[in-house]
Amino acid sequence: MSDTTRERGATYRLYAIVWGLLLLGTAITVTAASLELGRLAILVVLAVASAKSTLVLLYFMHLRWEERLLLKLIVPIVVVVLAIFIGLTFTDVARR
Amino acid sequence: MTEHHAEPVRGRIGMWLFIGTEILLFGGLFLLYSTYRYKHPVEFHTASRELSRFDGTLNTAILITSSFTVAIAILALERGERRRTMLFLLATLALAASFLVVKGFEWGTKFRHGLYPQSPTLLARPKGEILYIGLYFTMTGLHALHVLVGGSALAVALRMVRRGTVRAERPVVLRNAGLFWHLVDVIWIFLFPLFYLIS
Repeated sequence: MSDTTRERGATYRLYAIVWGLLLLGTAITVTAASLELGRLAILVVLAVASAKSTLVLLYFMHLRWEERLLLKLIVPIVVVVLAIFIGLTFTDVARR
Repeated sequence: MTEHHAEPVRGRIGMWLFIGTEILLFGGLFLLYSTYRYKHPVEFHTASRELSRFDGTLNTAILITSSFTVAIAILALERGERRRTMLFLLATLALAASFLVVKGFEWGTKFRHGLYPQSPTLLARPKGEILYIGLYFTMTGLHALHVLVGGSALAVALRMVRRGTVRAERPVVLRNAGLFWHLVDVIWIFLFPLFYLIS
């Protein structure tokens, strides 16, 4: 039987807490969208989405307990690449 | 037991690399979305009113819960709790199916309103709205395809658990199916606010 997960601290209870936080995050983001926040809205919404994704990545996908640095870095690196794509595109798009 | 056997990385490096490529795939579509939304902010907002926020929120809750159930299933497998594993895998599959049903109703509603790619009703609308609806169908469609594939992988894993091919000592297939499923959830976590919560 594999003991590594139990030693890592993954428990049913922890998962339930993460689940609760994710649902809470959803409630927050839906509420924020119905308030008239204007330009701020998209920032709030993206921030909440990033927080939720981080929870899923760290706890459900076990990156919190991942020993191999390389695997932990794959998603952050890809996200940085995307940010560069989108950012650089906007240096063009925003001027037209 | 005090041995710390790290599971060999070969069991998951493939899936993580694949996940990286999938993020880039959707990333390209998010790039399109961000550009067109920047160019047509008002029209994106107008067109987004075609969507049901209730359906979107419901589907978000469904996928979040399905991530929870599959995580429980995997933990149960590692603890040798075979029945619980199968129960929670079944729950995950039921949630996956529910997601697709809701999505089916959503698309059906659009079709009935004459909104689908290249439809005359759609093409009569302002450019920004056409772009939004086009992106909506493309991105949620591609995502739904991922739900289908991910669900199928989980169904295969369930069968293997039932047969004993997947068990505590050999969890790799289920773990990787679970990783893919969480990716599907993460993608939706971003899709949802960008399409349903434009204020």
